[in-house]
Amino acid sequence: MPKITFIEHNGTAHEVDAEVGLSVMRAAIDNLVPGIDADCGGECSCATCHVYVDAQWMGKVGQPGDREESMLDLNPEREPNSRLSCQIPVTEVLDGLVVKVPEFQM
Amino acid sequence: MSEAIQQPVEELQIDPYAYPLEALNPAQPGLFRLDAHLPMLKRLREEDPVHYTAESEFGPYWSITRYDDIKYVDMHHEIFSSEGGITIGDQDEDFQLPMFIAMDPPKHDVQRKVVAPVSGPRNLAALEPTIRQRVCEILDSLPRDETFNWVEKVSIELTTQMLATLFDFPFEDRRKLTRWSDVATAAPGTGLIESEDERRAELLECLAYFTELWNERAARKEPGNDLISMMAHNPATKDMLTRPMEYLGNLILLIVGGNDTTRNSLSGGVLALNQFPDQYDKLRANPDLIPNMVAEIIRWQTPLAHMRRRALVDTELGGKVIKAGDKVVMWYVSGNRDPQMFENPDAFIIDRPNARSHMSFGFGIHRCMGNRVGEMQLRVAWEEILKRFHKVEVVGEPVRTFSAFVKGYTELPVRLIAK
Repeated sequence: MPKITFIEHNGTAHEVDAEVGLSVMRAAIDNLVPGIDADCGGECSCATCHVYVDAQWMGKVGQPGDREESMLDLNPEREPNSRLSCQIPVTEVLDGLVVKVPEFQM
Repeated sequence: MSEAIQQPVEELQIDPYAYPLEALNPAQPGLFRLDAHLPMLKRLREEDPVHYTAESEFGPYWSITRYDDIKYVDMHHEIFSSEGGITIGDQDEDFQLPMFIAMDPPKHDVQRKVVAPVSGPRNLAALEPTIRQRVCEILDSLPRDETFNWVEKVSIELTTQMLATLFDFPFEDRRKLTRWSDVATAAPGTGLIESEDERRAELLECLAYFTELWNERAARKEPGNDLISMMAHNPATKDMLTRPMEYLGNLILLIVGGNDTTRNSLSGGVLALNQFPDQYDKLRANPDLIPNMVAEIIRWQTPLAHMRRRALVDTELGGKVIKAGDKVVMWYVSGNRDPQMFENPDAFIIDRPNARSHMSFGFGIHRCMGNRVGEMQLRVAWEEILKRFHKVEVVGEPVRTFSAFVKGYTELPVRLIAK
């Protein structure tokens, strides 16, 4: 299984095994990583699974789609490497992915 | 309660099974006043989840009552528009108040972004000590050994102080904010205002007051962190004063959004814990449950019963054809009681595992902007209440708001029981 590392706002790192085909959000929730709320359950409609993708991984993770873009765009904490983790499917290519969790989900 | 029921009770559809399905009209403010809205919404979820009401005081409209369908409508803003209004009742044609909650992209996005930082992490962290101090002052000043109205002395006072802080509004005048919030959503003839003219007159006073604040903030070289300074200094909105009704509209949005909702959740939580005393025991035994309880309070109360959209094109939902132009009402208050989503939905369960999935904040691009501010106020309030009192005991019948939109309370008689 690909490994994903979530880094909390306070610097605490959580390396988890992520199931291929599920989302990065699901990997966080299933492994009790703090800081990912995912209130809507993974449908790109609440923006509470916001993460900052490590710069060197942006190429592999890719850019947000239109619906995700419209949700991210409303977040004042948005950065160029912001993504909603429910919209990133886990693949073998993402083995080793590092993402940062924001201080609060909005 | 004598003034509480504006319509004769026999006209209200209190028993939904006494009427043919097609006659059901859930948008009856009197039903909400009597806390009698849930049986009809249950029947609609089970038998007609996308339901058309041909005649009502608000005209014809669709009711969406299942969790998944509501979420679908909320997420598809390109089909279901917010432009022009988000409550079932329409604004007066000659007194239109544009506000970003009632706009579609791109204008919605531009204006929302200006004020969104007020509920961002940095501002929240800075606000929390102030909020806690005010909560403590309010709770410490409450009368002991006598019955008082929790709505008036705690819920209104706390949320109004918070709102005054967010606007950097003159503190001694803060009850004006409460008044404007109530006037903006009240139905004429229900005690608060007698006519639409009266509403307009009071809201224009609100505009005049806030125009002075705008001019004062705009003149400052260093913009403050308050909502008015944000609008007055941001390039996207700094000319808004040339469109005074739009300024007023956005003020009303922020005043109602930041006031009624948290106020009624703060009252609703007290009522819920009294109706479910085993949950109060659970809370006293484990105050760490407060954050999850806050989500459960917001689900159980659902301080805004619905949001309204208007179909931009003909579209199909649940096997029904909704025509372009039709009003579509998303009953959040029903989605939050949908057993497909929430097990034993009418029960108040402070450690409910999926309480955070409630739909009281809405979903999609109009999702509540102040959700974290509201949650923080409720969390801090309950932390401090638990430290001080064994119980906030409800000792009489609550009086509920006459509205199918704002779901709240005007009176909640309580007594404090010491630890």
